[in-house]
Amino acid sequence: MISFPRSLGLSSDEPNANDMKFLDEYRDGELARQLAREVHRITTKPWNIMEICGGQTHAIVKFGIDELLPGQITLIHGPGCPVCVTPLETIDKALDIAARPGVIFASFGDMLRVPGSTTDLLSVKAKGGDVRIVYSPLDAVKLAEQSPAREVVFFGVGFETTAPATAMAVFQAAQKGLKNFSMLISHVLVPPAIEALMSSPNCRVQGFLAAGHVCTVMGFEEYLPIAAKHRVPIVVTGFEPLDILQGILMVVQQLESGRAEVENQYSRSVRREGNQPAQELIRKIFKVVHRKWRGVGEIPGSGLGLNDAYAAFDAEKKFGLADHRVEEPKECLSGLVLQGLKKPHECPAFGTKCTPEHPLGATMVSSEGACAAYYRYRRQPAAAT
Amino acid sequence: MCLAIPGKIESIQGDDPLTRMGKVDFGGILKEACLACVPEAKVGDYVIVHVGFALSRLDEEEAGKVFEYLKQMQELDELKAGGP
Repeated sequence: MISFPRSLGLSSDEPNANDMKFLDEYRDGELARQLAREVHRITTKPWNIMEICGGQTHAIVKFGIDELLPGQITLIHGPGCPVCVTPLETIDKALDIAARPGVIFASFGDMLRVPGSTTDLLSVKAKGGDVRIVYSPLDAVKLAEQSPAREVVFFGVGFETTAPATAMAVFQAAQKGLKNFSMLISHVLVPPAIEALMSSPNCRVQGFLAAGHVCTVMGFEEYLPIAAKHRVPIVVTGFEPLDILQGILMVVQQLESGRAEVENQYSRSVRREGNQPAQELIRKIFKVVHRKWRGVGEIPGSGLGLNDAYAAFDAEKKFGLADHRVEEPKECLSGLVLQGLKKPHECPAFGTKCTPEHPLGATMVSSEGACAAYYRYRRQPAAAT
Repeated sequence: MCLAIPGKIESIQGDDPLTRMGKVDFGGILKEACLACVPEAKVGDYVIVHVGFALSRLDEEEAGKVFEYLKQMQELDELKAGGP
């Protein structure tokens, strides 16, 4: 018999979970078990499936979705956590800028504890740096308007999902003629990362769950050549337990029948062509650039940087940091974890020298990092009550 | 980080497509969201919001598909179970 973790179907630690249309119904435990039974029924061989997105990794570990699956199915946790892959040298640049007098450094909260070479943004704040957590890049533009005597710098990290909001912030700053607003940008793109993963000789991935919110913005046409070239099924998948289980089922159906197509599980949000106004906004403000990924290295064409027309908003240029380079130390296995070559608990430092309170690497910092998700939900599997 | 949450548009301010903002209800919590990239969205529609920015209008018909699929699966199972 299959045993099912009790956590599934419960969402009691989510605020307002009682009243969330388009969320609650996708957490139904009985329907999740039904999907899992179907995966069991059709699986005849071992398959390795990677979920790209850190948000999906978090949901998989939190709801115990991997424990519902047949033993032949291995979920490999992908590099889709922008907090985790922001390169060390960019964190160091953020720390440098944030410590300067006259600067307001605005960032999403998850970046504050990411370790740089010597310290983190939270420590810079504790020592008097004006570091502020904002909910939206647009809030940083408001800050710049309200504080004309200060330089406001926004830490622009994220995947394609976040790029329209970041682009809109730059666009609005330009419209308003703000001279005291700039961005430290470390935007990354998913398809070049999949291409890099699939081209690695160590690659074990046989099918992908593509990230539903990235594809909400970009659509999924750019995944068609990847699926064809590498003969891998790619299923655009949402973030709730039923979404993820249905996405896995669709990948396994393809693998078992020898197909390698792009399918869309998350059709309530994702259209084939994506969000056209959002893509136009991205193209207007950004251009594709080479980008380093922490723990992985440089991936060609895998990032977004400001277009020349908006270069005045580039914080690296404004603060003279464009040529700053830092080599990453080899202190932790996060690079291998990000490539799906190691599971978090296979690292000797996991849970001992490396914890969310004292992280060695970024995958332990962000709640969407694979190490932090394992630490939070799997630290003491034997003692679970 | 790509966390995006569905919410219902309660009101819309502004006509300029590039600065259109909305008040969006997330299970009782009201927050402002930029509606610049969902020009088709109206009051009462559900949108997916990420960092204060609406990314898409949710399609109610598509949203029901997984439940239809599961229902068909159940009916098939019952048919098989009820067979000779």
